[in-house]
This record gives sequence, C-alpha cells and structure tokens, in this order.
Amino acid sequence: MTLHFDIPEETLASILAKAFTNRSFLTGFVITALVAAVAIVSYIWTPYDVTKLVIADKTQGPSLAHWFGTDHFGRDILSMIMVGARNSIAVALVAVGIGMGVGVPLGAFAAARGGIADEALMRLNDLVFAFPALLSAIMITAIFGPGAINAIIAIGIFNIPVFARVARAGALAIWPREFILAARAAGKGATLITIEHILPNIATLLLVQGTIQFALGILAEAGLSYVGLGAQPPMPSWGRMLFDAQTRMVVAPWMALFPGMAIVVTVLGLNLLGDGIADILDPKSRRQR
Amino acid sequence: MKLWKTILAAAALTLAAGTSAMAARTDLVIGITLEPPHLDPTAGAAAAIDEVLYANVFEGLTRIGPNGEVLPDLAESWAISDDGKVYTFKLHTGVKFHDGTDFNADDVKFSLDRARAANSVNAQKGLFAAIDKVDVVDPATVKVTLKNPQGSFLHNMGWGDAVIVAPESADTNKEKPVGTGPFKFQSWAKGSSITLVKSDNYWGIPAFLDKAEFRIVTDAAVAVPALLSGDVQAFPFFDPDSVAQIRDDPRFKVAIGSTEGETILAINNKQPPFDKLLVRQAISFALDRKAIIDGASAGLGVPIGSHMSPASKAYVDLTGLYPHNVAKAKDLLKEAGLENGFKATLKLPPPSYARLGGEIIASQLRDVGIDLEIIPVEWAQWLDQVFTKKEYDLTIVSHTEPNDIDIYSRKDYYFNYDNPAFDKIISELNLTSDAAKRMTLLGEAQKVLADDAVVGFLYELPKVGVWDAKLQGLWENAPIQANDLTKVKWTE
Amino acid sequence: MTAYLLKRLTIALVTLVLASMVVFAVLEVIPGDPARLMLGMNASADQVELLRNQMGLNAPLALRYLHWAAGLLSLDFGRSYTYSVPVIDLVRERIIVSLPLALIALVLSTVIAIPVGLFSASRRGRAGDTIAMGAAQFGVAVPNFWFALMLIYLFAVWLRLVPAGGFPGWSAGVWPALKSLLLPAIALALPQAAILARVARSALIEVLHEDYIRTARAKGMPYRAVLWRHALRNAMIPVLTILGLQFAFLLAGTIIIENVFYLPGLGRLVFQAINQRDLIVVEGVVMLLVAAVIAVNLVVDLSYAIVDPRLRSRQ
Repeated sequence: MTLHFDIPEETLASILAKAFTNRSFLTGFVITALVAAVAIVSYIWTPYDVTKLVIADKTQGPSLAHWFGTDHFGRDILSMIMVGARNSIAVALVAVGIGMGVGVPLGAFAAARGGIADEALMRLNDLVFAFPALLSAIMITAIFGPGAINAIIAIGIFNIPVFARVARAGALAIWPREFILAARAAGKGATLITIEHILPNIATLLLVQGTIQFALGILAEAGLSYVGLGAQPPMPSWGRMLFDAQTRMVVAPWMALFPGMAIVVTVLGLNLLGDGIADILDPKSRRQR
Repeated sequence: MKLWKTILAAAALTLAAGTSAMAARTDLVIGITLEPPHLDPTAGAAAAIDEVLYANVFEGLTRIGPNGEVLPDLAESWAISDDGKVYTFKLHTGVKFHDGTDFNADDVKFSLDRARAANSVNAQKGLFAAIDKVDVVDPATVKVTLKNPQGSFLHNMGWGDAVIVAPESADTNKEKPVGTGPFKFQSWAKGSSITLVKSDNYWGIPAFLDKAEFRIVTDAAVAVPALLSGDVQAFPFFDPDSVAQIRDDPRFKVAIGSTEGETILAINNKQPPFDKLLVRQAISFALDRKAIIDGASAGLGVPIGSHMSPASKAYVDLTGLYPHNVAKAKDLLKEAGLENGFKATLKLPPPSYARLGGEIIASQLRDVGIDLEIIPVEWAQWLDQVFTKKEYDLTIVSHTEPNDIDIYSRKDYYFNYDNPAFDKIISELNLTSDAAKRMTLLGEAQKVLADDAVVGFLYELPKVGVWDAKLQGLWENAPIQANDLTKVKWTE
Repeated sequence: MTAYLLKRLTIALVTLVLASMVVFAVLEVIPGDPARLMLGMNASADQVELLRNQMGLNAPLALRYLHWAAGLLSLDFGRSYTYSVPVIDLVRERIIVSLPLALIALVLSTVIAIPVGLFSASRRGRAGDTIAMGAAQFGVAVPNFWFALMLIYLFAVWLRLVPAGGFPGWSAGVWPALKSLLLPAIALALPQAAILARVARSALIEVLHEDYIRTARAKGMPYRAVLWRHALRNAMIPVLTILGLQFAFLLAGTIIIENVFYLPGLGRLVFQAINQRDLIVVEGVVMLLVAAVIAVNLVVDLSYAIVDPRLRSRQ
C-alpha cells in the first residue's frame, strides 16, 4: 500500500523554505516549542517542589527567590506554571486525539458512502452542535465528577463533529478528482482509496484544524478548571491557579497575572502556528472558523 | 504609566465627588453566601433562612441575643412553676402582623401546635418534643405545660424554628413571609436578592434602617470586589480566607468573633483501615493545626482537641493529646502494619475551609505516607454520598450547631462511630439537670472522643464579619446563624 | 424553495426532539437525590421517600419523559425543586438579564470587528493590518474570565466607575441596569470581536480578488466605494455564519461571565441548578438554549438561501 500526496508543484524543500520566511509560522513554532520544552523540563527539574506547601511563605510577591511570587500555600508560581503546562497540553492533546480518532474516520466514511450514512452523520453533527459546548462540558464534569480525565472527555466529545465535518468536506472535494477516478478504475475499494488517497490529501486541513482545536482545548480546560471542574489538586493547572487567585486579587495580583499570561501566550503560539501552516501549505485557504 | 494612573485616578475622584455629599444613609445591602430555599423559618433547616428573616421579620416568644443570651421578645415576661414543668408567658399587646392581622395568644398556640404536630415539616421538631400541651389563658397569656422539666426550654423558644406565625399566612410564608418584626418582606428576586423594608406599625423600638437588601453572593471571589466597590456594605459571614484583602483597609471594620462551628476531619470509622484506632491516632498526629488554620482560615480560629467550642463553659483543653509529630504518626502506622502507607479519598464540600484545608491536610498526610485523592463535591452530593450513604473515607466539615456533642452517639450517623461507653455518658447527660454534674459528664464525653481519635479535630471556625466602618450594630459573634438588623444604623 | 425550507425545518425539528431525549436521559443519571437535598440533613428516610413520590420521581422513565416533553410544548417546564416555583418563572426572571447581555455583546463585537476587518483588508500586509491582526490574535487567545477579572479590578475596584457585579434590576432604571451589564458585555465581546474581525478580513480579501470587483475597479469606481458597496455585502455570508454561532455561544457562554459578575442570568441559573441538582431547571434551561441554537442556525441557513440562491440546489 502506498500513500499518494497530491502536491504537484511543491517539494518538501520549497515548503521548508516557505516555513522559514513565514512570520506567523516561525513565531508560533518558537512559542509552542518553548511551552512544550518547559513542560518536558518540569518532569526533570522545577525551581521548587510544587506538592510541598510552605504556609509560612504564602502570597509573597515576585522576588529573586520566586520570580513569579508564591501562591496562598507558599508554592512557587513559576514552578506551578511549568508543571501546569503538562496538564494543559495533555488535556488539549488527548481531546484533539479523541476528536480526530473518532471524527476523521466518521467524516471520511460519510464522504465515501454518501446517501443515508452521510445524512445520518450530518444530523448527528447537528445534534452535537446544538448543545452549547461549554455548558455541556460543565454538565458532563459535574455529573461524572470533576477531574482531568472527565475534562478531556467533555472537551473531546465536542471535537468529534468538528473533525468529522472538516474530514467530510475535505474528502468530498477530493473524490471527484481524476487520480481518484483512476484508482477506482483500477478496482480499488472505497476504504483503500480513503486510506491511500483521501487521508494523505486532507492531512494538511486536519493539521490546521488540529492546531486550532488544540488552542481551543487549552482555553476550554482553563475554563473548566477555573470553575473547579478540571484537574484536581495537588496537580497544578493554569485555570485552577486563576481560580485560587481570584479571591486574592487585591493582596496577590501576581497569582492571577502569570497563569493568565501563560494561557494567552500558549494559545497565541498555537494559533500563530496554525495560521502559519495554513499559509505555507495552501496560500489560498481561508479558515472559516 | 504613572501619568496614566494619575489621570485615571483624577477622573475617578471627580465621579466619586458627585455622590459623596449625602445625609446619613438608611439603606443597607448585606451580602449572604447562600440563597435560602424558601422564606419560612419554621419549615426548613437552611441557615440562610434565618440569616435573612430571624429577628428582622419573624419574632418568637423569646429570642437569642448577640452573645447567646436568652431575651424576652413577643413574651414580655414569664413565670415558671416550682416543678419546672409549667411556663406561663405574658405577651405584648397591640402587636400586629405585617398583613394587619392582630397577634395574640391564639397565634402562639397555633404556631407551637403546628410545629410539634405529627405531620409538621419543622426541621427542629426536637425543640418542641418536651411540650405536653399549650393553653390559651387569655389573649395576652399562654400557658405551656411540659412533659418533664427542661433547662433549655426558653433557649429553644428563641430559635428561628420556633418563631410565631399567623394561621392566615402560615401556608404562604415560604414565598411571602408575614411576621411581627420591625422589618417586613418586600421582594425576592430569585438568585439575586431579597429586600426587606421597615415596618410602619412595629410594636417595639423601630428599626433605624428603612430598607435592607440581602444580596446573594455565593462566590468569595466576587465578595471582595463587591465590598471594595461599595455595592455591598456588609458581609456578616465573610470567607475568612479572603479577609487578608480587607484587613488593612480603613474603610472597613473586620470583626472576628466566635461560632459554634467545630471544624473536623471526619473519618468513616467503619471503613478499613480507619477502623483501627492506631490509624486514626496516626492521622491526628500527622495534622499540623497551626498550618491548617493559617492556610485555610487566614490564621483565625482556635485549635480544638475534641468536639466542644473553646468558648463553652464545658470546654476541656485536649489539644495537647496529639501534637504535630510526623515520626510518631509513622510509628503508629507501622505498628498498624501499614508502614508502606495507603491510599484513601478525601471528599470536600464547597466552603473554603474545606477546600483549602483539604489541600493542606492532603499534603500533611502525604508526609506520613497516606496518599489522599481529593474529590470536591457540591453540598447535594455531600449530603447524598457522605452524610446519607456514608460512602467516604475522609471529609472536612464544620458542625455549626451549638452543643451538639451528642451526634457521636447517634445511631447510623455518618461517622459510623459506635462506643457504648460514650453512649452511656450521653444518655446520662440527657437525664441530668444539675449544672456541675453536666459539666463533668461533658468533660468525660470530650475525653472519650479525643482518646478514640474518632475524627481529626481541627479548629473552631471563626466568625468573620466585614462591613463598612460607618455601620454600627451588627453582631460580632454568631451564637446562632442570624443577621439581626434591629439595631443597625449608619453613623455620621 | 419550499422544498428546501421544509427540509431545513424538518431537520431542525428532528434535532430538537433528539436533543430533548439526550438531555433527559443524561440528567437522569446524575447522582444526588433532589428530595434529600430539599429536606436537608435532618430528614428521615421515610420523609425523603414521601417527597420522592410527591415529586413523581418514582414513576417509570419513559412516562416521565413523555410527561416532561408534553409540558415543554406548552411552555410548562415543571416546578423547580429548590425554589418550588414554576421553572418558566425563573427563566423569565433570568432571560431579561441574559438576552440583553448577549445582544449588547453581539452588537459590541460586530461594531468593533467589522470596521477592524475592513481596515485590515484594505491595508493588507501593511503596518496597520499587522498591528490590528496582531491585536486580534491576542484577543482570540485571552480567556474571557481572566479578562473579566482584570476589568473588574481596573474599572470597578480601582476606579470605581461601574459596579463590580450584581444587577439592580430593570426597575432601578435603564441606565443603572445597563451600567452593570457593561463590563460583562465587554468581557464577552472582545474575544468574540477578535474572531469576527479575522473572519471579516479574510472574507473581504477573498471577495476583493473576485472578477467583478476588479471590473468595478477597472471601470474607475473609487476603492472605498467598491469596498463598501460590493465587497462588504458579499463577504457577509461567512460573517453571518460566525455571528449565528456567536449568538448561540454568547447566550450560553455567559455561564462563566455571569458567575464572575454574579449576574442573575440564565447561565448562572443553570450553573447553580447543576450544583444543587435541581434537574428540572437544568433540563428546562438547556432545552431552551438548544432550541435557541437550532433556531439561530435555521435562520442563518435560510438567510444563505436568500443571499445566494445557488446554495438551495446544492443542498
């Protein structure tokens, strides 16, 4: 089995060349890589132990010892942001994984089959889209109990129709193409064609959408944690840190400032990255969402 | 940056100047953290009902004063028979309910009979259990006969659950409360606020305030900005954790008083390995109460060693029994065969003392090898899972009812604690009226609970009230959960 | 046209019915007994059981669904467990906060986004465009509750210009009521405006490449006139789609913002109801929001058909 990419004029080299001159992509890539690096480093080293409470050091402002200050339990905020990055990335990544893993096959299948299957999928999509996502995520986590796993599921569910829709739309555009007709003429089945020809050619679309959903996932996780339904202590999470900060804004504004900045920077990086990839791979593509 | 700040501040000053020149205010917005489910104090246990209505809208025969003393209210005086079984109450005359109907002895009989009836929905039927019969002698005199003498009867009649209601309005009090107090109910915007206004035909000393709005502010995070921006001028029950933000601001008075709230790390005594005394004792040694009080209640609150308020006359100081000692805790666990530690769950209800205290306790128990999974629950789930079904290992809660040490002898209570020796002390206590003897028994009871390390005794919850420094007359202590506004006024 | 209309309508109705089943089924599995909650810690098991019977909680599932669904049709959402008043009354009290809030936010976001989109599109690639779109990138990345917190501390606590939260009610006058909706509306609107501005910009740029625009330019029509008369109108489809999505989002997405500002709106009602296990309220409000989303999507769908007749046949 061979995968066929339909990129006639472009070579890998020219794509790379474009990438290095694309401002969005470069900025986004650097930021995202930095956040990922911070998360990885936190496994090996953080300035302080984030599970150790030092009540005597509580709510101290930024200083040389604690660059971002300490929280209400005397924990180092910089260390917590570092460890919190893990949680944000993990939740958003797995949620995107769920969305892609379920949504893409569904969308591709619907495009390949058409008819009833296609109609049923679209209606199912309508059904999920009819539910306000955040409200439903709050409901799901409230029912099954707060925690990182349930947050992932709640966010992941709403990623499914997004990817199903993108995969279907992308696939539908490719099916009438000549090289597909040729493959059909050669006697290949719908499944094989989907795997060999369709998926490789909608991969860029999915990559761009994946980056967007990744960024949205980080925001959604922060929102859920902020209302107390995300990751539970002692695991630090950015949304949770904001939740803790909001009752101490007057005495310890740094508790709200830095985790908020961490969210903004990460989401910004991912969005820039997504924009950049879209520009590089298909300059004509305009994201609609 | 500095210039920017100056300009903004100047703009703010100009705006503020427009509103400052006013006469002494007669309106007040009070923040409450929980919304009452309805407005009938005789039909629900929720403290929020009393926080709005007690002493303001509804009055009883007696009432509880700011320091827990019993004061006359609708009854101007009373006489007690020599055998202690017959109470004759002399009522105030010329008292009217807010709907214009007269108050008299019939209303008292109606209210007490209604509260103790078999189909009564009163949440504290026990208060009336001793009543044998209620007789109307004349419109201004009521005679209450008890089955047996009861030292706490006058106190009982001062509870919010024992207020006097009128037969005409009793059924509609949940939505539209009608009482005899200095304030009458005006409106209730669900989820937002409840407004009371001064009653014109009040029988006693009229209130200073014309209007009092109880604003429902469930979130501690919004309580602080609401206070700072002047939207809400008083939070009689302020989240202790937020007090650091207000403490140094001269515009506000921070009143730190006492409550009857024993805050405990409740333990399911039937759930292995917590059924082992050694394990429970190890937990008690692992707890660093000072750190818990500092971290979860802004350093306010008095450590306790058993289930009794340090303000109580019967209090015995047992805090020395289990000092913070990690090595000792580890030894005890080893002795119990758990030297490798174990995992358990800690279910936390919403108040900050529980959520914050839980994080600290989890960290302290981790130090001795007990790995706790924190599970935050809403009150609904807490009542269901912990209190009713007893599906829990550990939880944190404050028991705010006064003199409630007897809960440890209740069958099927959520501690799952069963000690015949303790039960014997409590049943003896119930039959004892001699004050000195009662003190001894209460002391013994505290000792037994501490020895058994039934739960982790943490600290007495502080009552932190925060209000505008120009306000006068709000309660500093909380002998009962109430916001008595009858003497509240603005100075200057 | 009629066939298309009928089809969209049928789809919307089927979705609504399916959604009602999902809502009902999901909420049935929520742990926590509303009867126990209403009675509190001191009630006996018998009392709880009695109340469960009174509330109809012991009837079979299918029967309860039909009863509930039938009620919905006549706008009877049942009675709240915690407040013991009809749910529709609660909704009526709350919607007069949430709806104006969502509308103000929508108007604000449109008023900010469209000019920014136009500005950027017409200066594509120049410094103004880069700055505006950079700002929009930031806007998209900011969590609205964090932004709300910052606004509260700047405008309510520090400068004391507007209330920190709460809602005085429309009876207190239109201005005080609007004033207390201002910060929440801004907090909601800015991130949405950022998204909308980006969409408007790319839609405009796309349209500006179309032949008829070039023709118009070639005929000597001024650039500004082309932009306003032709481009903006034709770029409305993606903008409308996003607006439709945003309205639904705003109506429900106020849930966190309403909590930050303790506004007594629908979002806060449903959040509290979830925590208090007041299922009947949750069911009612969620259904209402779902119905609103479906209705808005239907309207957007139909407006496409009006704007662009070609779409009708494609469906």
